[in-house]
Amino acid sequence: MTTAPIFIGYYTMLRKDIRRILRIWSQTLLPPVVTTTLYYLIFGAFIGSQVQPIDGFSYMQFIVPGLVMMTVITSAYMNTVSTFYFAKWVHTLDELLVSPMPSWVVIAGFVSGGVARAVMVAVLVLIVSLFFTHMTIVSIGIVIAAILLTAILFALAGLLNGMFAKSFDAISIIPTFVLTPLTYLGGVFYSIDQLPEFFRIISLANPVLYMVNAFRYGFLGISDVPIGLAFGVMIGFIVVLLAIVLWLFHKGAGLKN
Amino acid sequence: MEDSVPALRIEDLKKLYAKDKKVAGTEALKGVSLTIQKGEFFGLLGPNGAGKTSLIGIASGLVVKTSGTVEVMGSPIDTDPVTAKTHIGLVPQELNFDIFETPLNIIVNQAGYYGIPRATALPRAEQILKDLGLWDKRDVASQKLSGGMKRRLLIARALIHEPRILLLDEPTAGVDVELRRGMWEYLRKINAAGTTIVLTTHYLEEAEQLCKRVAIINKGEIIEQGSVKELIGKLSFATLLLDTVEPVTPAQIALMRDLPVTVIDDNTLELTLKPNEIVNDSIRLMTKIGISIKNIRNSGSRLEEVFVNLIEKGS
Ligand SMILES: Nc1ncnc2c1ncn2[C@@H]1O[C@H](COP(=O)(O)OP(=O)(O)OP(=O)(O)O)[C@@H](O)[C@H]1O
Ligand SMILES: [Mg+2]
Repeated sequence: MTTAPIFIGYYTMLRKDIRRILRIWSQTLLPPVVTTTLYYLIFGAFIGSQVQPIDGFSYMQFIVPGLVMMTVITSAYMNTVSTFYFAKWVHTLDELLVSPMPSWVVIAGFVSGGVARAVMVAVLVLIVSLFFTHMTIVSIGIVIAAILLTAILFALAGLLNGMFAKSFDAISIIPTFVLTPLTYLGGVFYSIDQLPEFFRIISLANPVLYMVNAFRYGFLGISDVPIGLAFGVMIGFIVVLLAIVLWLFHKGAGLKN
Repeated sequence: MEDSVPALRIEDLKKLYAKDKKVAGTEALKGVSLTIQKGEFFGLLGPNGAGKTSLIGIASGLVVKTSGTVEVMGSPIDTDPVTAKTHIGLVPQELNFDIFETPLNIIVNQAGYYGIPRATALPRAEQILKDLGLWDKRDVASQKLSGGMKRRLLIARALIHEPRILLLDEPTAGVDVELRRGMWEYLRKINAAGTTIVLTTHYLEEAEQLCKRVAIINKGEIIEQGSVKELIGKLSFATLLLDTVEPVTPAQIALMRDLPVTVIDDNTLELTLKPNEIVNDSIRLMTKIGISIKNIRNSGSRLEEVFVNLIEKGS
C-alpha cells in the first residue's frame, strides 16, 4: 500500500469509531462529565474552600488539571479495551486482519479512537470547570502534548488489556485494581511535597504522577517533578507498550478468542 | 509470463495449533500442496475438522502458518502480504460483521480498509448490493437481516475491492435450495468474468455443479485431487439396482455371498461395481442360480459416494 490507501484505511477506522462514540454519547461522553462535575463540586467547591492555597493557587484550580487528566486516562483506556475486545469477541477484527493494512495502521486506528474520545471528554470537563473557577494557561503546547501523549499511552495500555482479556469480566480488572489506584495516588488531589518523605518517594514510582504534573504545569506553571523528565517518562512508556503490541500483532497472539 | 503465474500456489503447508490449557495441540494441516490456476472454479471438500478453514485462513492472512509456502498471484504472503491480501476476497465460514452496522456501511468501510475512498466505494457498493438483492436493506441494522441475506452480505463485502481471487468457506451453509441456486448463478457469473474462485463445501452437489476441479482433504492431508469428472470416473463405484421377477430366496442369497450384492428387498438387489469389474460376471451367476432379472436401473454414481469411499479408505 502506498501512503494514500494507508491513510484511507486509517481514516476509515477513526471515522467509524468517532461516529460510534458520538452515537452512544450517553455511555461514552456523559459519565465522565457527570463524575468530574461531582468532583468539582465536592472537592473544589465544598471541601476546597477550607483548604490552604497550594503554591498560590486555590484548591479548585489545583485539582482541575488532575481531574481532567483522570478522565483522559480512563476514557482512552476504556475506549480501546472495549472496542478491541468487542471486535475480537464478535470477530469483526477479522475485517481488519484480512485487509492489506499493515499492523501498525490497525494499531494506530484503535489508538486514535481512544485519543479522540479522551480529547472530547477533556474539552467537555474543561468547559465545565470554567463554571467553578478561572483557569490560566501557561503553555498551550505543553497542555496539548501532555493530553495527547497520556491518551496515546493509555489507549495502548487498553489495547494490550484487550488483547490479553479472555472475558468481558477481565477487561474491568485492570481498570479497577491498577488504573484507579494509580490515578487517585498520582497527585491529582494533592502535591506530593505535602506528603511524608517515604510516601513522596514511593509516589515518584507512579507514572501517572508525571502526566498529571506535566499537564498541571501547562496550566499553572507548577510541577512536583521536572517537566523534561515527565515527558521522558510518557514517551518511554509509549515506546515500550507500542513495541509489545506490535510484537503481539506480528505473532498473531491476542487476536483470537 | 504473467499468465503462467498460478492464482494460488501452496506448498508443503503445515499448521500446528499450539496446545492450550484444555485442548491438546492439533496438526490441522500436515504438509498440503495445491496449485490453483487463474480463472479456475476450485472446490475444497472434506469432512468436519479436515483443515479447510485453516487453509483458507492462512491464505487470507487470518491464521499464522507453522511452515510452508503460500503465494497469491505470485506474491508470497510472508514477504509481500500487502499485495497478496489485496488480491483476495474472503467469505468466512462464520458471520463476522458488526451486527449494529448497516450493510452499506459495512461494505463501504471494508472498502476503506483496502484503501478505496468512499466516493469510489459507494457506487460500487450500490451495484453489488443490487446484484445480490440487498439494496432494499442497505440501511437496516444487519442483525435484522435473514440468515440467507447475511450470507449474501458476506459475499458483497468480499467483492467490494474487486479481488482477483474469491475464497468462499461454506458460503451456502444454512441457505435454502432456491437461494442457493441463485448464489450459484451469481458465482458462476463472477467466475466467467475472470475471478478465480476457491470454494469449500459439504454439499457435494454444489461442488459438482460449480467446480471443474476439486481436492479432497481429510485430517490435514489432500487425499485426492483432479477434475470432478475424472474423480467420479476413476474412483466411483457404479451402483445398479436390479428388479427380479420372483422374490429372492434365502438359499439364493447365500449362494450370492461372493458377489458385491446387497439385498434391498425381496424383489430388489443392489449391485456395486468397482471400476474394473464387469456386470456380466455377476449376472451370469445370478442366472445360474435361478434369479431372473426384469429390469436394471442405474442409481448413478455421485461425488458423494466417491467422497465417502475415500474418507473410509483413509481412516
Ligand atoms: N483456533 C484453533 N485452535 C486450536 N485448534 C483449532 C483452531 N482452529 C481449528 N482447530 C483445529 O484444527 C482442525 C482443523 O480445523 P478446521 O476449522 O480447519 O476444519 P474444517 O475443515 O474447516 O472443518 P469444518 O468443515 O467443520 O468447518 C480441527 O481439528 C480443529 O479442532
Ligand atoms: Mg471450516
